[in-house]
Amino acid sequence: MTDIAIVDYGMGNLRSVHKALEHVAPGISVAVTSDPSVVDKARRVVVPGQGAMPNCMYELKTRGLQDAVVQATRSKPFLGICIGLQMLFEESEEGHVKGLGILPGKVVHFDAKAMTTPEGLKLKVPHMGWNQVYQAIGHPLWEGIPKDARFYFVHSYYVDTPNTTVIAAQSNYPFPFTCAVAKDNIFAVQFHPEKSHIAGLTLLRNFAKWTPCI
Amino acid sequence: MGLAKRIIPCLDVTNGRVVKGVNFIELRDAGNPVEIARRYDEQGADELTFLDITASSDDRDLILHIIEEVASQVFIPLTVGGGVRKVEDVRRLLNAGADKVSINTSAVLNPQLVADASGHYGAQCIVVAIDAKQVETQDNTPRWEVFTHGGRKETGIEVITWAKKMQHLGAGEILLTSMDRDGTRNGFDLALTKAVSDAVDIPVIASGGVGNLDHLVDGILKGHADAVLAASIFHYGEFTIQQAKQRMAEHGIEVRL
Repeated sequence: MTDIAIVDYGMGNLRSVHKALEHVAPGISVAVTSDPSVVDKARRVVVPGQGAMPNCMYELKTRGLQDAVVQATRSKPFLGICIGLQMLFEESEEGHVKGLGILPGKVVHFDAKAMTTPEGLKLKVPHMGWNQVYQAIGHPLWEGIPKDARFYFVHSYYVDTPNTTVIAAQSNYPFPFTCAVAKDNIFAVQFHPEKSHIAGLTLLRNFAKWTPCI
Repeated sequence: MGLAKRIIPCLDVTNGRVVKGVNFIELRDAGNPVEIARRYDEQGADELTFLDITASSDDRDLILHIIEEVASQVFIPLTVGGGVRKVEDVRRLLNAGADKVSINTSAVLNPQLVADASGHYGAQCIVVAIDAKQVETQDNTPRWEVFTHGGRKETGIEVITWAKKMQHLGAGEILLTSMDRDGTRNGFDLALTKAVSDAVDIPVIASGGVGNLDHLVDGILKGHADAVLAASIFHYGEFTIQQAKQRMAEHGIEVRL
């Protein structure tokens, strides 16, 4: 049986996530898969994703993976990365596409008018690079990671949720935005742990051994 | 605290080795790319950029193997450029483990490639590399033009207009190299860097001419760059990435220490 299934719906580079999980959890079986039955049977599920959310939602549906992903969010340790976080919400401004609606809220673009530093310098979009992630809650996936560690981000949209109890971390660009959410067996992040050096590898290692109550 | 400014060591690769040229010409061997990548990762590099400067297209697969090997050991973002002509080339590099692909000459020959690659894989993974050179003008106002083919061919295209066009077509980042400064160790062309960085909304990486750590500081503070790229000051052990970050931090620049 597959320990960790990385859901492959044709959107971008999954090698990094795969290699990073193999690196932190040697001996466990990690599969990159587009087969819903493998996702259904896996002990843990990772949904990465990059590019545009409308394309991601389209590919997820047409490849028959949407039900398996929704099922995983209800039944087993689930890690969403980047678009894998955004798709958990109700809708996205990007292409006005509907998400899976598992968590309340929507995905919005960085407001061009707000993108300046206090010194008046322009802040660029995409938000690209290493930003501080301020943990809002204690969580097994944060174990061993400093409460303000830097992770690697690259995105132009972020999630805006009215349910503040699901917020696991925030970052500033320039205003605070939600960059990680947690609810029951779901943990999802806007940044890329697979590209975030020691802090990112620690988070993935934590996920590989996380046993939430379900 | 917010987003850190990035330090990006650049590895020019040919025939499976890292080399460094002066003004894009004379090449000197600097070592094995996988070993160098690991060293920079350990020193705290924020990203790595690989430029495949292999002349013959027959040897292009070599870079794919190098990227595969690096990507299984180094868990920071990797950008790869050199010889990218088709969307298929972008796909192959991403599948090998690149996070971003840099497009230079082909963006000039076929701007639609930038739009197609960005439309398909997302702006976050498309870097447009611009090799810029200052040209003489009648009224002495500064003007830079885009050069291609490793700096050998002039295009007559004005750099700032070009950078804006690339943003519009879907570039997620600009890698801006001053041909006048590359390999000179005299520092970035700050006027060029500032002009481009202020003109676009996407991040700009300053490149070409770094000879000491203060040049990196200037690239950020005076050039308004979002990231600074350097090769020779790191390759030959003159400075470590950590020293570079400490110098930047001393000047109040936010870095990932």
